[in-house]
Amino acid sequence: MGRVKTIARRSFLVGSAAIAGGVAFGVWRYRTPHANPLLAGLPEAAAALTPYVLITADAITLITPRADKGQGATSVQAVLIAEELDVDLDQIRTDPGAPSAAYYNTALAGDALPFRSTDQSFLAETTRKVMDAPMKFLGLQITGGSTTVPDGYEKLRRAGAVARETLKAAAATLHGVDAADLRTARGAVILPDGTRIPYQSLAKVAAGIDPVTNVTLRAPDAWRLIGKPMQRIDIVAKSTGTQIYGIDLRLPGMVHAALRLNPAQGSAMLSHDATAAMQMRGVLKVVPLAGGIGVIADNSWRAMQAVQEISVEWGPSSAPVGMEGHWQALSDSFTAEHRDSQLRDDGNVKQALAETTSVEVEYRAPYLAHAPLEPLNATVLYTSERMDIWTGTQVPRFVQKNAAAIAGLDTDQVNVHAQMIGGSFGHRLEDEVVRHATRLAMALPGRPVKLTYSREEDMAHDFPRQIAMGRGRGRVSEGRVLAFDLGISMPSVLTSQMGRQGLPVAGPDLQIVAGAWDQPFAIPHYRVTGYRARDLMPVSSWRSVGASSNGFFHDSLLDELIHAAGADPLEERLRLCDHSPSRKVLEAVGEMSNWGSTLRSEQGRGVAFCLSFGVPCAQVVEVSATSAGIRIDRVFVAAEVGRIIDPVNFEGLVKGGVVFGLGHAMNCQITYAEGAAEQQNFDSFQGLRLYQCPEITVRGLENGNRIRGIGEPPVPPAAPALANAIFAATGQRLREMPFDKFVTFV
Amino acid sequence: MQLSVNGAAYPLEDLEPEMPLLWVLRDVLGLTGPKYGCGIAQCGACTVHIEGTAVRSCQVRLGDVWGPITTIEGLGTPEVPHPVQAAWIRHQVAQCGYCQSGQIMQAAHLLAENPDPTDQDIDDAMSGNLCRCGTYPRIRAAIRDAAQSLRKGA
Repeated sequence: MGRVKTIARRSFLVGSAAIAGGVAFGVWRYRTPHANPLLAGLPEAAAALTPYVLITADAITLITPRADKGQGATSVQAVLIAEELDVDLDQIRTDPGAPSAAYYNTALAGDALPFRSTDQSFLAETTRKVMDAPMKFLGLQITGGSTTVPDGYEKLRRAGAVARETLKAAAATLHGVDAADLRTARGAVILPDGTRIPYQSLAKVAAGIDPVTNVTLRAPDAWRLIGKPMQRIDIVAKSTGTQIYGIDLRLPGMVHAALRLNPAQGSAMLSHDATAAMQMRGVLKVVPLAGGIGVIADNSWRAMQAVQEISVEWGPSSAPVGMEGHWQALSDSFTAEHRDSQLRDDGNVKQALAETTSVEVEYRAPYLAHAPLEPLNATVLYTSERMDIWTGTQVPRFVQKNAAAIAGLDTDQVNVHAQMIGGSFGHRLEDEVVRHATRLAMALPGRPVKLTYSREEDMAHDFPRQIAMGRGRGRVSEGRVLAFDLGISMPSVLTSQMGRQGLPVAGPDLQIVAGAWDQPFAIPHYRVTGYRARDLMPVSSWRSVGASSNGFFHDSLLDELIHAAGADPLEERLRLCDHSPSRKVLEAVGEMSNWGSTLRSEQGRGVAFCLSFGVPCAQVVEVSATSAGIRIDRVFVAAEVGRIIDPVNFEGLVKGGVVFGLGHAMNCQITYAEGAAEQQNFDSFQGLRLYQCPEITVRGLENGNRIRGIGEPPVPPAAPALANAIFAATGQRLREMPFDKFVTFV
Repeated sequence: MQLSVNGAAYPLEDLEPEMPLLWVLRDVLGLTGPKYGCGIAQCGACTVHIEGTAVRSCQVRLGDVWGPITTIEGLGTPEVPHPVQAAWIRHQVAQCGYCQSGQIMQAAHLLAENPDPTDQDIDDAMSGNLCRCGTYPRIRAAIRDAAQSLRKGA
């Protein structure tokens, strides 16, 4: 131990990794900043003051490494930097940057720890801080878990401030004045006599001095941009058809590819005959792929036509024959051997339920496709010395590493050019599309090959949201909820997803119980147990991950118990809630919906709550039971994020999350027959359409002391709020999604 | 043969008449505003106008094109947006934005035919256009706003 410390200290002081090996190297690596990726290939008279700010003679470029898949990540990252840099959004360019360990995500680790997000004890806070080091060490550049804002909130403002102060120091040197006498505004340093020195003209001098890292961040009352309504950087392009997404990319000499994979997910291709396809117009190559076949042609349509003309013998599937097999596997997993976690065990549930049980129920949540509207695509240009990849991805470093391994290149020979993404919901956390595109491009070295999935391939070969089952019991007494016992069984998303990246995952998967074990209620006897089912279909993170199913299970069980107790659904939730910011969102939706006011006889009102990704979110749904079916009339939503960066984008994301949550609960599922998805396009996987969209009213609260992201948290409460409203209107309790198996929606 | 798109005539060398207009626009002419989303007329992302009528370009065979085509690129530009696009910008409708070319083309057709649509008219006209991000509330608001500015002759 002493020797390791000595080496670590020496190497840290000397600043060289060469003298340290093993553990000491690791210590050195995570104690020092990652190399600034902008320093490689920097043009003359350019300054890369931090990994996030690049100033050249003609432009100020802000690096926004978290992927924009429609949630406005580019704009929100830019505004956090711009606030301290003293530039306005009309003065800057943005660039997603190259994949780099410097862009590691710290906030992602916080949600993997066994502390409730409401837990601000010394132990919880210290552990969260300590997690920064390994996250930095791993250099995981991932977009997900609603972490772009929490991760960047301080880091990006600090980057802006470091750049600003360094530019001031450069101006001070250049003009022989004291840096303390300088101001900055609209992309320029202002000398004491009022002369404006644009940042661009200071780039060369700034590059030659040590960055000023001792900076103080401005107080919120001094902010010009954060918290004010802003126009997203991409809004004009996205309203005029001029936004270029990965699928729109056009390169000189580019050719187009399509693929067809074994309908049985993950199964092999035994043999193929491409004679007919090879004779079709425009076809250049037929390329066997992992579990399927691809065609390269001179346009996308010809490639898609030709790939259908290949006769293929597919290998068999080891998946269950029908969905009963999947449900049986979940049902069989409520056992001690499958127990994964029991992080909530208050009071004495066993004893409380031994005497009497008021409610005993089972809930189900199906597999769901991500189905963003832009189908998967990637463009790859391969040569034996270098490979370029253009794709939208939430995991650029995984993409780089995996493609390099397939091509037999070093990772630094692989250049990933991040593209704007037409929706993801977790789809772009996977990189299968790039692996296939790499193999296709290797068949045609020197020519860019763009692989576009058909919608059918995209949906059928998605790694879907987990299938999940909840078993709940509870007891009420004297008009109150006394005992609550929920077991949840699902395959592990984390193991499945990280397994595809070759990363082993140890310990319990907290997503199996996320949105359930961590809820802020003080029920006297309260237990949540996670059971890990065996791997069935490969599964992946779907907007709100574990909470997307568990929020429905937890809140539905709570609602059933409250009704069994004869209590008011909102009042009883408030009585049980022991977390002040959560109480406030419940109170807010109560006030917004005028809870308790009389509805028409055919109407019903349901409330639901879920705390996920650190965000308490409550929703009230109002439905009408018409003669033609259920109509969703209005939704009221309140969410607590600590601080809202852009109220316009915030409101849009909350409404979108509600629509997403409602639509999938109403009518979406992926079912598998012998491993093959039975829904492959939007005719059988609809989601919510405009005519079904209720009026949605949003209130954002800023009472918490930690800033949070809003992409995912509005999703989990939508399904239970809808089910609870339908129960209130009709007396019919819905315990399985999608609800259109049991009721009709108009 | 020739194809009239956004007021320009594009000569086309012997393409298959069964090739969907969408892929002719995207891969042959390089007009990538119309999007591929489903290929079976379920999402509306490929919507363009033929003689002013909104159609799903993934379902129109090249050989069946019956008149001049307008794509989102021909409706307006970032500098001079069409009133519907201007309303989309004001309301900041787009999230991922991938469906919005189709939404805007569908809305522009609705308002050209019906300058003062009721909520029911909007629901009827727009429900074939899927938005996976759930921007429907702002689509409705932007259409009402665009209708007003079009009636004022903006």
